Amino acid sequence: MKVLIVGSGRVGATLAGVLSDEGHDVTIVDVERASFAHLPAGFKGTTYLGNGADLDVLRQVGIDEVDWFLALTQGDNRNLMAAQIAKEIFGVKRVIAKVNDPIRAEIYREKGIPTLSRTTILAVLLRAMLLEEPEVGEVLMERTLALEKRLTGEQAPAPPWVTAKR
Amino acid sequence: MYVVVAGGGEVGFHLAKALIEAGHEVMVIESDRRRSQWIEERLGSVVLNAPADEGRYQLEAGCQRADAVLAVTGEDAKNLVICQLARYNCGPLGRVIARVNDPKNEIVFKTLGIQETVSSTRVLMNVIEQELPTGGFLPLMPLTGSHLELIEAEIAAGSPASGKAVRALKLPDGALIGGIVRGGKIVPGVGEAVLETGDRVIVFSPTAVEADVRKALFG
Repeated sequence: MKVLIVGSGRVGATLAGVLSDEGHDVTIVDVERASFAHLPAGFKGTTYLGNGADLDVLRQVGIDEVDWFLALTQGDNRNLMAAQIAKEIFGVKRVIAKVNDPIRAEIYREKGIPTLSRTTILAVLLRAMLLEEPEVGEVLMERTLALEKRLTGEQAPAPPWVTAKR
Repeated sequence: MYVVVAGGGEVGFHLAKALIEAGHEVMVIESDRRRSQWIEERLGSVVLNAPADEGRYQLEAGCQRADAVLAVTGEDAKNLVICQLARYNCGPLGRVIARVNDPKNEIVFKTLGIQETVSSTRVLMNVIEQELPTGGFLPLMPLTGSHLELIEAEIAAGSPASGKAVRALKLPDGALIGGIVRGGKIVPGVGEAVLETGDRVIVFSPTAVEADVRKALFG
């Protein structure tokens, strides 16, 4: 898939590295050159310095041919604007915006812009860990641990509520 | 009128001040506490110290009874979201107007449902273009709620329209000469009025046929 990620913070850069590793054609855009330092060593995708909510920048990086568009900057508003441009102006089929304010996330999801709020995801996951509700966190935790292992190359022990299931 | 001003920067502050002086009721929403105090010291209790891009504070500011919500922060993405949330949260309120810093975002905002935008860059460009001797063809402003615009055109010496009656011009369908500014006075743009060099013609025109209006006046 051709993937465009706006925002090379920890989340954007990590995802860019993973998808690129898996063979996707990844372009990542950020307004600050220093942000690209978050990308894993040996990142095979393309980096582009610019504002990912700017029409000219988006055309420049080939948004017309993009399959997936992810708005993952630290600004909820910038993500919402970029995602709406991608969907409504350039007609990208698969668009996701990271929106940390759960209320804004909900409103825009209703309006047809898929959003996810790190705030609620973490809250749900933490609660599941505390209450040892494997059915909630199991898959997510397994994937998370696997990804961390991949990123660090280290073996992390799984928490008991993941291994002692069923 | 009751106006909610989202963002208490330079633009927001002076806008609120001018509105209050004109007798309107104003609430400024500003997230920075010190800036909020600074404004209150000058304008009185007209500031809500809160982020304007969160719906509950728009409601707290009384946006439901507002005649207008103006998003005037220095950040286009923020202004877009403020306007979209106001439309969503505040019911069928009056006007929602966004300040647009990058002029090419005007079309982005319109596509995303925010029809009324003001670009300071474009306003300044228009002022400068008005001062320029050449060209003489100036789209002044779009007319709210329509696909119409207001155009000002100066009839230069040698223009094919000079010496012609209004009715003899090949104006496109839907375009209308509203008036002719001549020697500081308005001459009605009726069919028999004859255009003279130096006249400034005010045209109402569908935006789509702007180029045809230009052709009719300048050849």
